[in-house]
Parts: sequence; C-alpha cells; structure tokens
Amino acid sequence: MSVRKTKHEMPEQPPQERIKNFKEVPYGYTKEIAIEEAKRCLQCKNKPCMKGCPVEIDIPGFITCIAQGDFDKAAEVIKAKNNLPAISGRVCPYESQCEEECTLKKIGEPVGIGRLERFIADYEREKGKKPPKKPKSTGKIVAVVGSGPAGLTCAGDLARMGHAVTVFEALHDPGGVLMYGIPEFRLPKAIVKSEVEYVKSLGVAINYDVVVGKTIDVKELMEEYDAVFIGTGAGLPNWLNIPGENLDGVYSANEFLTRVNMMKAYKFPEYDTPVKIGRIVATFGAGNVAMDCARTSLRLGAEKSYILYRRTEAEMPARAEEIEHAKQEGVIFKLLTNPIRFIGDEKGILKEVEYLKMQLGEPDDSGRRRPVPIPGSEEKIPIDTALVAIGQSPNPLIPQTMKELKIGKHGNIIADDDGRTSVPGIFAGGDIATGAATVILAMGAGKRVARAIDTYLKNK
Amino acid sequence: MYEIIEKKVLSDTVKLMKIKAPLVAKKAQPGQFIILRIDERGERIPLTIADSDPKKGTITIIFLEVGKTTKQLGTLNVGDSLENFAGPLGMPSEVKKYGTVVCVGGGVGIAPLYPIVKALKESGNNVISILGAKTKDLLLLEKEIEAYSDEFYIATDDGSKGHKGFVSDVLQKVIDTQNVNMVMAIGPIIMMKVVSNLTKKYDIKTLVSLNPIMVDGTGMCGGCRVSIDGKTKFACVDGPEFDGHKVDYDNLMLRNRRFIHAEGEACKLAGAQ
Ligand SMILES: Cc1cc2nc3c(=O)[nH]c(=O)nc-3n(C[C@H](O)[C@H](O)[C@H](O)COP(=O)(O)OP(=O)(O)OC[C@H]3O[C@@H](n4cnc5c(N)ncnc54)[C@H](O)[C@@H]3O)c2cc1C
Ligand SMILES: Cc1cc2nc3c(=O)[nH]c(=O)nc-3n(C[C@H](O)[C@H](O)[C@H](O)COP(=O)(O)OP(=O)(O)OC[C@H]3O[C@@H](n4cnc5c(N)ncnc54)[C@H](O)[C@@H]3O)c2cc1C
Ligand code: SF4
Ligand code: FES
Repeated sequence: MSVRKTKHEMPEQPPQERIKNFKEVPYGYTKEIAIEEAKRCLQCKNKPCMKGCPVEIDIPGFITCIAQGDFDKAAEVIKAKNNLPAISGRVCPYESQCEEECTLKKIGEPVGIGRLERFIADYEREKGKKPPKKPKSTGKIVAVVGSGPAGLTCAGDLARMGHAVTVFEALHDPGGVLMYGIPEFRLPKAIVKSEVEYVKSLGVAINYDVVVGKTIDVKELMEEYDAVFIGTGAGLPNWLNIPGENLDGVYSANEFLTRVNMMKAYKFPEYDTPVKIGRIVATFGAGNVAMDCARTSLRLGAEKSYILYRRTEAEMPARAEEIEHAKQEGVIFKLLTNPIRFIGDEKGILKEVEYLKMQLGEPDDSGRRRPVPIPGSEEKIPIDTALVAIGQSPNPLIPQTMKELKIGKHGNIIADDDGRTSVPGIFAGGDIATGAATVILAMGAGKRVARAIDTYLKNK
Repeated sequence: MYEIIEKKVLSDTVKLMKIKAPLVAKKAQPGQFIILRIDERGERIPLTIADSDPKKGTITIIFLEVGKTTKQLGTLNVGDSLENFAGPLGMPSEVKKYGTVVCVGGGVGIAPLYPIVKALKESGNNVISILGAKTKDLLLLEKEIEAYSDEFYIATDDGSKGHKGFVSDVLQKVIDTQNVNMVMAIGPIIMMKVVSNLTKKYDIKTLVSLNPIMVDGTGMCGGCRVSIDGKTKFACVDGPEFDGHKVDYDNLMLRNRRFIHAEGEACKLAGAQ
C-alpha cells in the first residue's frame, strides 16, 4: 500500500472573511480526516519524531490510537507528557520539531502531528475532561511565580506529585503570553482558560495582583514555602533605539497586543481600554510576535499592514504557518529594509518612517548572512502606527530585587537544565532562564523543574 | 476582590477611598502607586498611594474624576468591591535628610504629596509646603499637610485663598529668601515643568512624580515610557519619581493625549446609558 505524500488540509476560514473577525482561523480536523491522517503514520520502530519533541510525547503511540478511533486513549497518551495540549497543538513550531524528524519527509510531507495533537485536545475538551485523581498529600508547599506556560506546567506537575502549590501572578488573568500576547484568532482565550481550569482542578491555587518583588519578596516566599519556582518570562520589550520612537503612534508589540488581547480593546467601548491604529500600520520584526501584530492590525481595520524586516524570508523566525497566513491575509512584506527614524507632524503624531535598504553580506556568528545597509538607499513611507516587535528580554523585576540570584549577560536568571539557580530552594525556568523562546520549551522546562523540585523536597 | 471600607467626598470631583488590601498595605512606601480595575471589563488605572495603614490593612487613594473609569469609581460606595488592586508599584520616594525641602503640590497631585511630606518631616527636614489649585474648593488635605510643615503656603488661580497666581510664584519668593536644598513637585505636567525650569536656574535638586498612561504597571508594555536625559525609562518600574531637570515634559504631554479621542467617546457613551 502506498502512503499519501501530503498532509490532509485543515479546513480554515477564508482570508477575506477572517480579516474581518477575531475568530480562530483553522477549524481543526474532523474525526474522519484525523483518522485518515493518522493512518499515514508508518509507526517507525526508532520513533524519530519523539526526539524532536521537547516534552517527549509518545507520538506514534497516540497516533496509532487515533487510527484505531480510540480518541480517549490518545488523549491519555498525550496527557502523560503534556498538561496543555490544546495550546501546544496550536502554537508549536512543529515544522522544526517533531515533523522535521518524521520519516515521511523523505518522500513528501510529514505526518500532521501538530494537527492531530490539536484534534485530540479539542475532542477531549468538548467532551468534558475527566476529573483527575487526587494524589496523596506530601505535606510540602511550593510557590510558583508567574502563570505562563512554564509556571502552569510546573504547578500542575507538582500538584500531581502531591505537593500543595500556590501560583502568584502579577496580572489579573492567568496564562502569561498565552493570554496577553498571542491573539484570539490564533489561540482562543476560552481555550487558555479551560486549560488553566484543568490545572486548578489538580488542586493548584492561583493568586492574582501579586507582583513578586513588590507585593511580596522572593525571600518572604522562601520563608513560607518549601521551594520557589520562578517562571516570570521575557516580558521586557526591546526597542529599535532610533529617533522618534516616543512619538504618538509608536507602540511596543507588547503594549499593542496587551491592549487588544488581554484588555479586549477590539471590543472598545464595550470594554474600557482603547487602542488606536489609523489606516496604515508598519510592524518591525519577523517573528511570531510581528506576524501577530500585522494580522491583528488588519482585523482592527487597517487598510495597509506592512512588515519591515532587515533580512529575507529565509531568515524569518516566525512559524511557517504564521507567515503563510499573513501572506494570505494581505500583509505586505518589505524585506531587506532597516528603519532609521520615525517622523512626526508638528503635534508629535507619527506620520512617516524612513528606512535604508539592505543587502546580505558575509555570514555572521549565527550562520545567517548579515544584512548590510546600501549607502544612499533611504526611502520613506507614510504610516499612522508603528509596532516594534524585535524581541523581548527577561523580566528584570525579580533579578533587581533579589541580588543573591546570579544573572546572565542578557538579564536571564542563570539556572541549570533542571532549573536550579545559584540559591538553593529557588528554581527558574522558561523564558526568564532561556531568554524569549517558545511555549513548548517553557512547558518542557516546567516539567523538568517539577521533577527536580520533587527530588529536592524529598531530600530536604 | 478588594472592599471599599471608607469613602469621603472631598469636592464635587475629588473623592477619597480606603481600600482593604493587606498585602499592599504591608509594603507601601511614600511615592509608590497601585493599579486597579473596577470590574471584568474595566481598564487598569494607576493611582498613587496617599496613605497606608499596615495594621488595618488599608490603602488610601484620592482621585480626580476625569474620565470613564475615575467617574465610575466615584459612584461606588462603602461595601462595594474592586476586581483588582495590585501594588505597591514603582520605586519609593527618595526620602532622606536634605535640610530645607520645598514640597509643591498642584491639584490632585497634592494627594500623593501628602505621604512624602510626612516622611520628609519625620526624617528631620525643614519642610516648606506650597499647595496650588484652580480655586479654593479644589484644595485637598490642607490641614493634614500643614500639620507636617514648618512653613505652609497656598496659591489659587482665582485668588479665592492664599496667593493669587501660581505655586511657582510662591516658590520663587521662598528661593529668594532662604537656602533650599531640595524641591519635590507633584501636579499637572505643566506645573512640574515650570517648577523644574525655575529650580534649574538655581541648581536646586528637584524631584517630580510622572503620570504617563499605563497598562500593566510591571515593566512589560512600555506604554509608560518617558524620556529622561534623552534615555527611555519606564515610569512604572524606574519611576514614577525622576530628576525634574532631566524630564522631556513636552513628550510626556504628547503621549498622555494618545487616546483622548477614544476616551471622550467612551465617556459620552457611558453618560448616555
Ligand atoms: C505575541 C507573541 C506570540 C508568540 N507566539 C508563539 C508561538 O506561536 N509559538 C511559540 O511556541 N511561542 C510563541 N511565543 C513565545 C512564547 O509565548 C513564550 O516563549 C512563552 O510564553 C514563555 O513562557 P513563560 O512561562 O516562560 O513566560 P510568560 O508566558 O511570559 O509568562 C510569565 C508570567 O509571569 C508573570 N510575571 C512576570 N513578572 C512577575 C512578577 N514579578 N510577579 C508575578 N508574576 C510575574 C507575567 O505576568 C506572566 O503571566 C510568542 C510570544 C509572543 C509575545
Ligand atoms: C503613577 C501614577 C499615579 C497617579 N496618581 C493619581 C492620583 O493619585 N489621583 C488621580 O486622580 N490621578 C492619578 N493618576 C492619573 C490617573 O491614573 C488618570 O487620571 C486615570 O487613569 C484616568 O482614567 P479615566 O478612565 O477616568 O480617564 P480617561 O477617560 O482614561 O481619560 C480622561 C482624560 O485624562 C487623561 N488621562 C488618562 N490617563 C492619564 C494619566 N495617566 N495621567 C494624566 N492624564 C491622563 C486623558 O488623556 C483624558 O484627557 C496617576 C497616574 C499615574 C501614572
Ligand atoms: S516519524 Fe512520522 S511516520 Fe514515523 S512514527 Fe513518527 S509520525 Fe509516524
Ligand atoms: S505600564 Fe506597561 S511598562 Fe509601565
């Protein structure tokens, strides 16, 4: 029997429709398509795909369950390794992880592993999750700082091991970037909330409005709790550092996305927080964050949404699917351009950006060819809004208020693979330790650190 | 949820509330602020901590009703609760012994000035306070601030109380007659700008407390960025207090008008309901 060479398509909202709403773009597989896609899997003995998965899901294991129509079993296999599959099934860069390693790539497209994971997570959610068994209490208590994917995963796993866990979150909603950063049309907030409910059903308590370092110090947490996990993420926006960046009309990606996603400015004035974008929007950068900004702008009514990036498409760090979706929706890519200044009108309101054209030179340390400016190639375009999406650095608040913690040169908390920091009993993981990375790496860190904390508590 | 346990109407548009928030009250220091959200759909707004009582676990806020959120807040009563109340945020005020300090407060900026006046006095400074408002009905906390001041002056735009004119006129007189070591100014941006320009001539250290539009208050969005000596700083984590001689006030005024159109719209709609 010969295998189909391409993945089954995932039905999705047509581009012209979806740029008018904030509803999720793909609808997901139906049962029938999922079974057909699962049947493409060769059940390789050496399981190469698993090596590409940061949380080591038994990929052929759950796929075979789907092929047999046993979706509940498939969910069990995934949940053994991943507490939040409805999230990773939507935002993981599969093409460079599990699917990259898939044997089928030798003859065509890999198995749609991400799509299958998403299908199972949605199936389970719609059906209503089984309440998990409560483990025997160990009598130990752990504080988790930050409710992003790292914190939530670590908290969930610790609770399953029988420890009592309290999460402290600075904002009024859980989820970190999942809630304030990634837009509704890519990761519906109801799904984030339902995954958070699952973590809570494991016995985890979440306290909001607690800015650790301000409301309460890490040291105080250390006195009260047997161990502390820090998962405060990389939330500090980087700037272009060019003239005009403080004009009215220039936002960091974080401010723009937080206003729209967490504060629901797209429903203003039904919700109280405003956002203002005008007709022409330019986003700087080409990662997932930049794609989210450019696509959100279209949905808020921008007539033109540009992405300005100083390298070429081959170097764009965004997930392949995001770039594809952005193109379909009409985002205009201006590649090999580097902004040099923002220009405002007499009132200080942004009206133009000036940039230089670039060309690719010699490869740099990262192996990517370095963009170099072409002298005299200055150009200007009129814009109403500029969104700066050129990366985030680790949150400085806790490092600033806890001098004993060793900090790396990028402001990250130094921690080993199991999250041990320079202070015994304090662990760290996710973006705060690695610098801005991915959801699944943050979850993977949360899992490893939970095991390390468990060991630490047993020996304490 | 954070309960309102006391409410005082200070004037038509200025209200005082004590909010139960034990964790915040335990840590609060002069110069810091909180961010609150009234309900699920609300905006996050920053307000300065005007006073705190760690024993009772309460925080006092004093606010001027300028738009949708502050007006809605003004309609709430004792027993009602706020959905969110996070703090204390920002760096505490630089309180130490300077010698003679002049504390200048304008409008609702008088409220955040109060705990600083108190702390400066308790640190052994000779405290001269100058309060200003459009008219005498808009003056706040006169008695409270006078109690901690060695000298106390008032200026009103219409002359209904104290000096007729601006706080900066009074400040000029003080500078002319005595040796001032530090000036602390909190109020409308234009007032802080004028005060800073004046003290710069005499090279008197001046601290101001800035109030840019904020979202998270944790250093994550950069919406609150201000330009200090040409460098970008986030008021919510690096401030809100800064060296008055280094602030780009014009940029701050500009950035605080960012959503003026939309806010007006929200207010009109809310008023129509
Ligand atoms: C717009 C955007 C799109 C992205 N898209 C993708 C994608 O498609 N795929 C992907 O894999 N990755 C994506 N990422 C990256 C991914 O979201 C992050 O790598 C991941 O969320 C990191 O998880 P974390 O738990 O370490 O931190 P975060 O998710 O940043 O969570 C940290 C939490 O800690 C809280 N916190 C911070 N300081 C304190 C404090 N002092 N006290 C208490 N709480 C505190 C924060 O409020 C936050 O809730 C995207 C990022 C952004 C911004
Ligand atoms: C650190 C800090 C401390 C503050 N302390 C106090 C305080 O103790 N008492 C008090 O009354 N106010 C204080 N403010 C200002 C207060 O946060 C704003 O008045 C409030 O956010 C307005 O919300 P609104 O929805 O009622 O008005 P909106 O409808 O949002 O706005 C109404 C008008 O106020 C302007 N405005 C909006 N936000 C601000 C702002 N942050 N600063 C100045 N003008 C603004 C708008 O441009 C508009 O003209 C403080 C601000 C900061 C940043
Ligand atoms: S590598 Fe591909 S074909 Fe092989 S087991 Fe994994 S998913 Fe199936
Ligand atoms: S309010 Fe968002 S960084 Fe200061």
